[in-house]
Amino acid sequence: MGCEAWTVKLDAYLDGELDSAGARELSGHMRGCGACAADALERVKVKRAVAVAGRRYEPGAEFRAQVLKSVAGMDPRSQTRDVGHPGRGWKWWVLAVPALSVLMVSLLVNLYVERGKGRRQLVYSELVDRHVETLASASPVDVVSTDRHTVKPWFQGKIPFAFNLPDLAGTDFTLLGGRVAYLAQAPGAQLIYQVRKHDISIFIFQDQGRSMGVTSTPMRALSFNVENWSQNGLRYFVVGEVNPEDIEALSKLLRDAG
Amino acid sequence: MAVPLFDQLYNFARWLTQDNAEAEDLVQETYAKALRGFSSFQAGTNFRAWMYRILRNSFLSSRSGLKTAVVFDEQGEEGAAAADSPTPESLYLEQANRQIVQDALADLPVPFREILLLCEVEEMSYQEIAETLSIPIGTVMSRLSRARKALRGVLQQRLKGGRHGV
Repeated sequence: MGCEAWTVKLDAYLDGELDSAGARELSGHMRGCGACAADALERVKVKRAVAVAGRRYEPGAEFRAQVLKSVAGMDPRSQTRDVGHPGRGWKWWVLAVPALSVLMVSLLVNLYVERGKGRRQLVYSELVDRHVETLASASPVDVVSTDRHTVKPWFQGKIPFAFNLPDLAGTDFTLLGGRVAYLAQAPGAQLIYQVRKHDISIFIFQDQGRSMGVTSTPMRALSFNVENWSQNGLRYFVVGEVNPEDIEALSKLLRDAG
Repeated sequence: MAVPLFDQLYNFARWLTQDNAEAEDLVQETYAKALRGFSSFQAGTNFRAWMYRILRNSFLSSRSGLKTAVVFDEQGEEGAAAADSPTPESLYLEQANRQIVQDALADLPVPFREILLLCEVEEMSYQEIAETLSIPIGTVMSRLSRARKALRGVLQQRLKGGRHGV
C-alpha cells in the first residue's frame, strides 16, 4: 500500500476516529515511514494551534448574569413574552423548572458519556503514572498500615473530604497504606491495596464534574486496567496491573463501603 | 448554579458572528429555544450536539448567517479529496503566535471555521459534529479535510506575509 492510502486516514487517526485495528496498522506504517510520520506531526501541530487559538472569547460577567437570570426563570412574565404564549406564564414557569433540572442532569450525563477520548485517556494516563511512580518510590505510602481505622483518620485535615474504606476480612485483598495524591491541582487520597502480590491503587477525589473528563466506563490505559465511578460527590479510580475481575471485586467492596 | 455550556457556546457564537452583540443575542436565543423545545429533546441523544445545533440554526437564520449559507452551498463537497499532504509550514507555525492562528481562523469561510472549532476546540467526535451540523459523517470527514487544507493555506500566506513585513 502506497503512502497516499495511509495519508487519507491520517486525519481520522489523529482525531481518534480510526478503529483500533486501523490505528495499529497506521502507527505500524508510520514507524517505518519518515514521510508519513512527518506529515502526521505537521497535522498535530496545526490541530494543537487551532485548539489553543480557538479558545478566544469569554462572555462578560454582566451577560453571564443576565442569561443566568433568564434561564433560571427569575421573571416568569418576561419568559412568557419570549415564549410567545401570553396568559400561560405560570404554566410555563411550573414546567420550566423541572425541565431545567432535567436539562442540567442530561447535560452532565451526556458530558460524561461524550467527552473526548483524548481527555479521558489523559486522566487515566496521569493516574497510571501516579500508580507506577508510587510503586517505584522508596516509600510508596505515607501512612503504613493494614488497618483501615488507622489509614482513614490519617487523611483528616489533609484532604477536603472524608470517605469510607471496606472491611477486607475474607477477601484476597490487603490494605498497605495511603498517601495524598493530586489530580488537576486538587488533593485526594491514594490507597494502595495488594492482591496476590500485585498492587492496586485506589484514587479518591472530589468529583469535579465535566472538568475531570471521565466516564464511568472501565477501560485499559496502557497495560493497566482502570475502573472509575462517582459516588456521594466523590470520584473513585481503581488502577492496577491485575485482571479486570480483581479490579471489579475491589471496586465493589469500595462501592458497598462508600 | 451554572448555565450549562455557557462559555463554550458564547465562544462558538462569537467565532460565527465575529461580533459581541450578535453573539450575545445568539446565545440568549439558544437557551430560550432550548428551554422551550426541551420536550423535543430525546433522552439518550447527544445533548451537547443538540444545543450547538440550536445555536447554529439560529445563526444560519440570522442576517449574517444567511449570507454564509448561500456562499457555501455553491461549493460541492461530497467526494472531496482528503489526501492532500500538508506543506511543511510547521517551521512557521512554531514561530507563529496565537494571534496569527486566530486571524487565519477568522479568515476562513464559516463552514470551515465552525467545523474546525467543533473538532479541535470542543473535541467533538465525528458523530457529534454530524449531529450538530446535520450532515452525514462522510461529509464531516471531507469538509474537515478541506477546512484543514484551507487553514494551512491561509496560515502559510499570513506567516510568509508576516515575515516579509518584519
